[in-house]
Amino acid sequence: MNTSRTLATAARVLRQLRHDPRSIALMLLVPCVMLLLLRYVFDGSPRTFDSIGASLLGIFPLITMFLVTSISTLRERTSGTLERLLAMPLGKADLILGYALAFGTLAIVQSLLATGLALWALGLDVIGSPWLLLLVALLDALLGTALGLFVSAFAASEFQAVQFMPAVIFPQLLLCGLFTARDNMQPALEKISNVLPMSYAVDGMGEVLKHTDVTANFIRDALIVALCAFLVLGLGAATLRRRTA
Amino acid sequence: MMNYGSGKAPEPGPGTPGPAIKAADLTVVRGPRTVLKGLRFDVPRGQITGLLGPSGCGKSTLMRAVVGTQAKVTGTLDVLGEPAGSAPLRSRIGYVTQAPSVYLDLTVRQNLEYFAAILIPGRGYADLRRDYVTRAITDVDLESHQDALAGTLSGGQLSRVSLAVALLGTPELLVLDEPTVGLDPVLRRDLWNLFHDIAGRGTTILVSSHVMDEAERCHRLLLMREGEVLADDTPDALRHRMDTDTVEAAFLRLVDEATAAEKSSATATGSSSTKETSR
Repeated sequence: MNTSRTLATAARVLRQLRHDPRSIALMLLVPCVMLLLLRYVFDGSPRTFDSIGASLLGIFPLITMFLVTSISTLRERTSGTLERLLAMPLGKADLILGYALAFGTLAIVQSLLATGLALWALGLDVIGSPWLLLLVALLDALLGTALGLFVSAFAASEFQAVQFMPAVIFPQLLLCGLFTARDNMQPALEKISNVLPMSYAVDGMGEVLKHTDVTANFIRDALIVALCAFLVLGLGAATLRRRTA
Repeated sequence: MMNYGSGKAPEPGPGTPGPAIKAADLTVVRGPRTVLKGLRFDVPRGQITGLLGPSGCGKSTLMRAVVGTQAKVTGTLDVLGEPAGSAPLRSRIGYVTQAPSVYLDLTVRQNLEYFAAILIPGRGYADLRRDYVTRAITDVDLESHQDALAGTLSGGQLSRVSLAVALLGTPELLVLDEPTVGLDPVLRRDLWNLFHDIAGRGTTILVSSHVMDEAERCHRLLLMREGEVLADDTPDALRHRMDTDTVEAAFLRLVDEATAAEKSSATATGSSSTKETSR
């Protein structure tokens, strides 16, 4: 691993994005618009908006980063730039961390905007510190980047890569406790939801929603999400092969 | 099977022991197919060696094996004195794939700056990197387009950007997979002049092509057909030996002879399924 190469890679990914202002605008604005929409959908029941809104603050970065990473790394694979980079003295960790760093930066901006809007303009009622919300959002973004990188190895085209979104993200969305508390689900589903990382992202947001200080449960949830992210990043690294058939 | 010519002895580059590439029993399997079948050849240093043959004969696979991106390579393949694909080689070889592999959403200069940062990392080398980038852009004659997005360039310009990336940092070996495909005659001539300049600086060049008139501009030729080397010689010696005016005619004659030999050996053994040439 080499810090200069990692930073150069992150800078390159951000430079590519800078040439695509429309994508940046979509990434930053869509979560805000969704929250705005949600606020008025639940106009009559602000408690529901509180719990769903807080969960979504964690889910948006995961979904966005999943999409951006899977498409960009797939492009890197199909355009031949990945083969070129791996024929050069670039470590796999440099490449992956470079991506994680670039999209992580973007995720911070996205989360700042969405969290700021929800807390101060839309009246989302959170008892805990907004910084903790931001921390979970960032970990979720990292998890999204990791998942995106991993699935891009199994997609032969951008069309397939986009299809992986419902396949990988939707089941987690249904089981993460967003729609109904996880302990109300059919026991088998509850067990499955116990091993899906998004469940812990949403649980973590819930802890911040209801408690003033950092609870033991919050630390556990955050650690699990972080651990999953690094685990999947490792799996993603294993899919980068210097020698291919 | 191998034809070592009696042409001009290769002039070794300055201070360079041994050949740039040394292959023996080099075999590559891709899926059910054996793409390279026990190749044995040397590529001398400081010269332009042309790799020629019909599409699908294994040229690209051989090049990928040399740069170390090809899986399932067996036999011996030494590049610049090290086993092909070993880590220290990664900064000593410049490689251009057939399709231009650069970032379309970056400018020409930004592309080169990134690849230069991978090749020579560290803040202390910023000036050196800038020099390398500028020289590479000048070498491929793209100064006027250096701030254009790569995605807006023409096909020929794009392949020159890809070539410029390979020129960064003065590699000892350049592996170029069909670098002149789709270029107009003027550009092709300019690029071949550039290749000769680069070889003159002591760099070894392995360049593939299926355009036979480019063969005349190489110092040595490796003619391939169906995963085997038909001839390994200088253009002069090859024309002389096959008694033809052009390398193209010599190559066609070699192919015809090989096909005829295959047919007769197939009828001799009474098995039409034996496609492999006897060695």
